[in-house]
Amino acid sequence: MSENNVAVVDKDADYKGDVLVPIQWKSPIAYGALTVLAAAIFVPFAGAGSITNFSFSQAGDLIEIPNVAIPSQPALIAIAVVLAGLCALSLKFALDRKKAPILVPLAFGLLFVTALLIFVLAGNPATLPVTSLLSGALFLSTPLVFGSMTGLICERVGIINIAIEGQLLAGAFLAAVVGSVAANPYAGLLAAPLAGALFGLVLAVFAIRYFVDQIIVGTILNVFILGLTNYLYSTVLTQNQGLNFPPPLPTYEIPILGQIPVLGPVLFKQNVVVYIMYALVIVLQILIFKSRWGLRLRACGEHPEAADTVGIKVNRTRFRNTILGGAVAGLGGAFYTVAAGLSFNQNMTSGQGFIALAVMIMGKWTPKNAIFAALVFGFANNLQITLTAMQISIVPAQFMLMLPYLVTIVAVAGVIGTVRAPAQEGVPYKN
Amino acid sequence: MKLELRGITKRFGDFTANDKISFTVHSGEIHALLGENGAGKSTLMNVLYGLLHAEEGEILIDDVPQHFSNPGDSMAAGIGMVHQHFMLVPVFTVAQNVVLGNEPTSAGGIIDLGKAREKVKEISDRFGFEVDPDALVEDLPVGVQQRVEIIKALSRDAEILILDEPSAVLTPQETDELMKTMLQLKNEGKIIIFITHKLREIKEVADVVTVIRRGKVVDTVSPKETQEKLAELMVGRAVLLNVHKEPQKYDEVLLKVENLSLIGEKGVPALNNVSFEVKKGEILSIAGVQGNGQTELAEVLLGLTKPTSGEVTLGNIDLTHKSVKQTLSTGVGYIPEDRNTDGLVGDFTLPENLVLDQSDVSPFAKWLNLNLPAINSNAINLIKQFDIRAGSAHSTASQLSGGNQQKVVVARELSRDLKLLVAAQPTRGVDVGSIEFIHQQIVNERDKGIPVVVISTELDEVSALADRIAVMFHGKIIGIVPGDTDRNTLGLMMAGIPPEQARKEA
Repeated sequence: MSENNVAVVDKDADYKGDVLVPIQWKSPIAYGALTVLAAAIFVPFAGAGSITNFSFSQAGDLIEIPNVAIPSQPALIAIAVVLAGLCALSLKFALDRKKAPILVPLAFGLLFVTALLIFVLAGNPATLPVTSLLSGALFLSTPLVFGSMTGLICERVGIINIAIEGQLLAGAFLAAVVGSVAANPYAGLLAAPLAGALFGLVLAVFAIRYFVDQIIVGTILNVFILGLTNYLYSTVLTQNQGLNFPPPLPTYEIPILGQIPVLGPVLFKQNVVVYIMYALVIVLQILIFKSRWGLRLRACGEHPEAADTVGIKVNRTRFRNTILGGAVAGLGGAFYTVAAGLSFNQNMTSGQGFIALAVMIMGKWTPKNAIFAALVFGFANNLQITLTAMQISIVPAQFMLMLPYLVTIVAVAGVIGTVRAPAQEGVPYKN
Repeated sequence: MKLELRGITKRFGDFTANDKISFTVHSGEIHALLGENGAGKSTLMNVLYGLLHAEEGEILIDDVPQHFSNPGDSMAAGIGMVHQHFMLVPVFTVAQNVVLGNEPTSAGGIIDLGKAREKVKEISDRFGFEVDPDALVEDLPVGVQQRVEIIKALSRDAEILILDEPSAVLTPQETDELMKTMLQLKNEGKIIIFITHKLREIKEVADVVTVIRRGKVVDTVSPKETQEKLAELMVGRAVLLNVHKEPQKYDEVLLKVENLSLIGEKGVPALNNVSFEVKKGEILSIAGVQGNGQTELAEVLLGLTKPTSGEVTLGNIDLTHKSVKQTLSTGVGYIPEDRNTDGLVGDFTLPENLVLDQSDVSPFAKWLNLNLPAINSNAINLIKQFDIRAGSAHSTASQLSGGNQQKVVVARELSRDLKLLVAAQPTRGVDVGSIEFIHQQIVNERDKGIPVVVISTELDEVSALADRIAVMFHGKIIGIVPGDTDRNTLGLMMAGIPPEQARKEA
């Protein structure tokens, strides 16, 4: 056997010790800046002797954890020291030209957010409800998870779906109307995916059948759905208010699991939309990577010719899954109306469909990562709401409203270049 | 088993790609289809594979007419195809690629990977392929990827195998291995249709040769015919298989490349301390299997990509930090490896394409205007000088054949006063007649005393042109050897074996 029969190229073997990869300064610099912020602003301005209050239990919890009062300044000093340590660790990884384990950014992020909260609430008599902060974060991240699942189903099969925003809005609208007419929130829940699927179908027809640029079709769909729902809202729904009065979905507590301190009520005392979301993420994670459907789906997005030459009908596969993706977003739209028992309102998705795309990218086009990315956005959003409600503001409220979008920009900029999109997404397949 | 093609005609608009093509192949036969690029071989095979539909004619297997509306139908009839550009999903494992479209599943549509692995192992062992079923395809060398394609076809019980230009991407040693596999498949009683334009390979394995020219069968001959006769049948006129070159007469070093390194997209070095020199009036050929840093080297020489470290100097001018425009105006001629993406604007006319890089300098520009008379007369001269065959002088580039498009690029680059010529894959997808012409033009530049870098994956081209040959492997120069080094040594070097050892082993 000659040399070229070696089956796998050892990517490291040939260049070690020769040319060196440039040092990646990005993370140590970012960590350094945040550590300096914590040490130089948070610590001195927290005020000597001030206290920060946290609560971890809600009324009616089986195990009640007492409220915790933390002396702000010493706690901040301790956190700043640990942050500085993590900073040094990240610098060492960078100098060794290695990638830091995921635990480092995770720990840094959690600690920094804790420091921020301690600082903001220092000396304030109000108590920060941690449990409701977290459960609200999960609640707010629900449409983002549905939206990002739509995005990744469509992009994995090769179709860029910018219309998630519109599909969410359409789902929210139809869920509200059907739920009101039937006086049953579950009827609304069943109707919502149909609205999303309808606009998935429109996207598929234009993008696959007529090769129209997918970004343009998606953008137009968003504008169209916004205009359509605004029109129907201000005419039909305003004149017949009974059409826009959906009953709420009940909240179910899962026995035992719901009683776990702090996390129990966060994860297992939710309505059925949240439980559907859990199931959806788990099922998609398995099916996309392990099933025949998933293999064919990904083949169509990565190398459609290869799929075609083994007898897979590429455009049919793309067509069906674009509609399926639309249905998922439509279902997610139900979250805005029937899940919370709210009436439909103009533009009530307010750009979440676009943040869902950022979530999809941050989640590297995999369901299990997307849920964590979505939680980051949900948390940022809920933090903003909670602090505003507690009338705590270090900056004007308008700036607080920008928080989730700021997180989007930073997060997407941070992962761009390190993740790989499906190779043929957005490219029509002509045969 | 018997496969018969009867009067296959395929048209694209007014253009007839296949004109009443007929031939018959029997079990245990390797049938070569010989023809130039664009002769219609691939079109014919795509018809046979169900990817395209013929306007006229019939495909018969064991005298039963077949109707293939898509590749699924032809696969069901026992036809497998190894495409020139592999039909493998890079981010899938070998096993996933092999079972795609034909997946063994257990409950809930979950793929039974154990069964998939077994299938790969069984076929791989039968042919001594040594393919790991769990390796990601993108991590495999092209030679191994091709084996995965063969396994894929065989796992679907293919009795008829179509190999479309299978050696185009292989090192000579890998090609030898492929030839062995083909003979082994033949002994198992498979029908093999082998598409190629390489005469050497036909002589080695083919039983029958059908020559196709401009969509028509010219003749069916024995592979024992002389190379000259086969080449003449293919091209339609006598062809010179060698290039005439003056002896080298200068000793002065003009182009110096020192310790050039470039970190690629994945953080892996695309260029790794590349150093070489090219003398006045010398052709240095850069050989190597596609994807070993040649593309990046060409781009760095032109200034399209900035190197991570290292220097490029031409005479006493530092080219490393110059923009593309500055590099071009220094007198660097550049023939890019893909004329369609980098060399031409398809919708522009010939006169426009012929001044693409000089559209803002005298005499082609005057203040803010183009000097159209100058541009047109330039085109008329170059079309004549370089024998560009176009419908009219105002045809667009996309209306020309591949060979003539390439002549347009060569004409544009050589029409300037050059101090250095960098030619990447100068004759890729070009007919034999034009290859001869383009090679002569490159040699003429060399004979004028210009240093020339020719980057090519075709060993025939490398050997025909080179004064010296540098072989690249994984972004490194494995060695620089004289231009008359034999194919076996070069082949081993292309697989990463240093020159001294390669010479011994060859």
